Amino acid sequence: MSKSASKSHEPLFHVVKRASIPLWQSLLIRAGAILAALIVAGLLTFFLTGLNPIDVYATMIDGAIGTEKRIWNLFQGIALLLCVSLAVTPAFKMKFWNIGAEGQALMGGLAAALCMILYSDKLSPAVLMLVMVVTSVVSGAVWALIPAIFKAKWNTNETLFTLMMNYIATQLVSYFSYKYSVPKGSGSIGIINSSTKIGWFPSILDQKYLLNIIIVVILTFILYVYLKHSKHGYEISVVGESENTAKYIGINVKKVIIRTMILSGAICGIAGLIMVAGTDHTIATDTVGGRGFTAIMVSWLAKFNPIMMFLTSFLIVFLEKGAIAISSEFDLNSSFSDIITGIIIFFIIGSEFFINYSIKFRESKKEAKSK
Amino acid sequence: MGTPAIELKNITKTFGPIVANKDVCLTVNKGEILSILGENGSGKTTLMNMISGIYFPDHGQIFINGEEVLIRSPKDAFKYKIGMIHQHFKLVDVFSATENIVLGLKDDGKYNLKASEKKIREITAQYGFELEPSKKIHEMSVSEKQTVEIIKVLYRGADILILDEPTAVLTPQETKKLFAVLRKMRDSGKAIIIITHKLHEVLSLSDRVSVLRKGEYIGTVNTAETSESELTEMMVGKKIELNIERTKVEETPDRLEIRKISCVNREGITLLNNISFTAKAGEILGIAGIAGSGQRELLESIAGLQKLNSGEILYHNPTTGYTENLRDKSPVKIKELGVRLSFVPEDRLGMGLVGNMDIIDNMLLRSYRRGKSAFLERKKPKDLANKIIEELEVVTPSAKTPVRRLSGGNVQKVLVGREIASSPTVLMVAYPVRGLDINSSYLIYNLLNKQKENGVAVIFVGEDLDVLIELCDRIMVINSGKITGIVDAENTTKEEIGLLMTKNDGGESHE
Repeated sequence: MSKSASKSHEPLFHVVKRASIPLWQSLLIRAGAILAALIVAGLLTFFLTGLNPIDVYATMIDGAIGTEKRIWNLFQGIALLLCVSLAVTPAFKMKFWNIGAEGQALMGGLAAALCMILYSDKLSPAVLMLVMVVTSVVSGAVWALIPAIFKAKWNTNETLFTLMMNYIATQLVSYFSYKYSVPKGSGSIGIINSSTKIGWFPSILDQKYLLNIIIVVILTFILYVYLKHSKHGYEISVVGESENTAKYIGINVKKVIIRTMILSGAICGIAGLIMVAGTDHTIATDTVGGRGFTAIMVSWLAKFNPIMMFLTSFLIVFLEKGAIAISSEFDLNSSFSDIITGIIIFFIIGSEFFINYSIKFRESKKEAKSK
Repeated sequence: MGTPAIELKNITKTFGPIVANKDVCLTVNKGEILSILGENGSGKTTLMNMISGIYFPDHGQIFINGEEVLIRSPKDAFKYKIGMIHQHFKLVDVFSATENIVLGLKDDGKYNLKASEKKIREITAQYGFELEPSKKIHEMSVSEKQTVEIIKVLYRGADILILDEPTAVLTPQETKKLFAVLRKMRDSGKAIIIITHKLHEVLSLSDRVSVLRKGEYIGTVNTAETSESELTEMMVGKKIELNIERTKVEETPDRLEIRKISCVNREGITLLNNISFTAKAGEILGIAGIAGSGQRELLESIAGLQKLNSGEILYHNPTTGYTENLRDKSPVKIKELGVRLSFVPEDRLGMGLVGNMDIIDNMLLRSYRRGKSAFLERKKPKDLANKIIEELEVVTPSAKTPVRRLSGGNVQKVLVGREIASSPTVLMVAYPVRGLDINSSYLIYNLLNKQKENGVAVIFVGEDLDVLIELCDRIMVINSGKITGIVDAENTTKEEIGLLMTKNDGGESHE
């Protein structure tokens, strides 16, 4: 029992937070992560299925961008995911953990669908479209506003609150699916106005998804400017970074929370509108399809930068489409494509750790000195 | 006196370049209460943490019952029957007192709450505690929680108890009860160490007093043979010449008039008690006091961040000649009234600045609302950032560097620079040189002096009495949210201020 015994408490290595990292180094780490992920996933493919990993990857790329139609589908998928990601970003930047984008988008979609069902023969198509836009935006915003008010007034936990709002939205959609089901009692609405196409987004240049994509591109730039160059965006950053500082300079934190959540919900409403009027032309409980949750990952990986979010949503949708192609092409269970997607995303998220932290090994010199 | 229960010999502990304890020697006997007295940052808590196994000393020895021991973890400390009651309680809110007390004990796998409760009742009866063992922690008052903490260490058989500022959170009545219990424990042969900076408590409770100052051991005296003034002198030390220039104030107008403000927090503890004073233009008013005496609440209530229960904050506007009452107005409202108030808070990165934002965006904090446009205007803040970097010699790679990457002194320069850039009429600064090296400190002193010469009413909350005496024109001393005196800096001594800082609740004359 001597003093040196106590000194050997120091572990073999410890993790140190990086002050900063040059851009090339962070890109290198990310590229390395993707490479490592492809190798691991390739090895796994080989040992589990006996297939040639190169073939598998080729199929994946082909499945995502092999034909013109597939490219359009890819960008349509990106647009939908990106739209929901844009919606959650202001809230997350404010450190308001809105995991209710799923429900907010669903409510927006439900509003659009109900308008299409109820008012197709009462309103002119142009007016109907306007009503759909307004009701979708308002429904999404209200769904986000309710937890925001509770958070601002009584400091309730927004994570649980927004999550539970998702279930209510799902139940509401089930109810209306039953009420307006075609044929009666089937529990699903089916394609609304399939012959008249009233309330459908128009095709542009013969492309049915082009309008969706254009809307999301415009939204991306608007949100980028809003967050980076507007006074509101600045207030969001300050509230998110430090509520104390916000109070110190006289920002009304409650007002910012409520305002930002209305915005977040409204964009979710637009996402819902695009899903119903621009894509599915129907509503079901799985219309949003988990994008409300995937969006959280897209937003975080891009560090809340809307332009970068295009890249992260591209990556995720690309993997998804590619994975579907693998499972059908090689007759693999669809879970296998989930495994590959999971491995790649795991590595990418894991690489963030090495970007933020470096690992320092114990110096052997120091130990010699202490003895 | 009895036999030594614990002896420390030449204990030294450093954290990087900072020496927290230097060659500290201490003895505590069985059946005695020893007070450890010292200002903030004098190393009291560090020393106790070494006895209770949280830190390990760099040098020195610890003896328990005459035998040298190594205490490397709280578990070791427990083995030697040492128990520490921390300032911040470590209890599970949803558990009962009994469950908290037995938590973590290894009774050979037995878990018998009934038996434990019986033992707890024995302990409470023996020393005169008031506690219902089945009560849940979240239903308890602060004093009851403290009782649970004390019983927790007694239950584990501690013979040496260390209490870190136990009365800081208690009302006077609760303090009396605690002291009665501590005396009973002493009479039953336990060795008790209490950390405090309240002189009257030291004198009424302890048998001996050890004094630390800036990490060094000053000495130990018997309480019966000492006086408040002797202890104060030991605590604050002799005056040091700092050579801060102090320009003479001419007769200047009153700028800020505080009238009888009081503030009670949600727990019912009085934070500010009937405070009245005037801050003059062209003067530095120092505020001295033990940390947590209400300094923060006072500044925050002037800045519009703290709701008051009573009183008025009057601002005499030099340009309009009007007088405005700032009480309970928001910071934005205060600004709209044309009051040019600047505030350098104690928590620089958590309140005054945003650590993850760069210097330019931190300049924006004060000015982003300007103009009718919905968009930000970054040109002027950028010029300001560059001006501050140049004039205050801020060491930074660029104006686009996040401020959290700057050193403490440079962070402070950015903050102070921004606050004086709006040419304030009132400038409030809280501990502006804490953690700064000597050169940066002098730079800040000069900036404050310059503001004063420009006719700004400066309010300076400080902890170093030497600095307060040399820099300020008048010094107001507060203790437990009450003013205990306002003295002329030129005709005062550290001892006088030290006494006022630790004065027993004798502020009746100010009410």
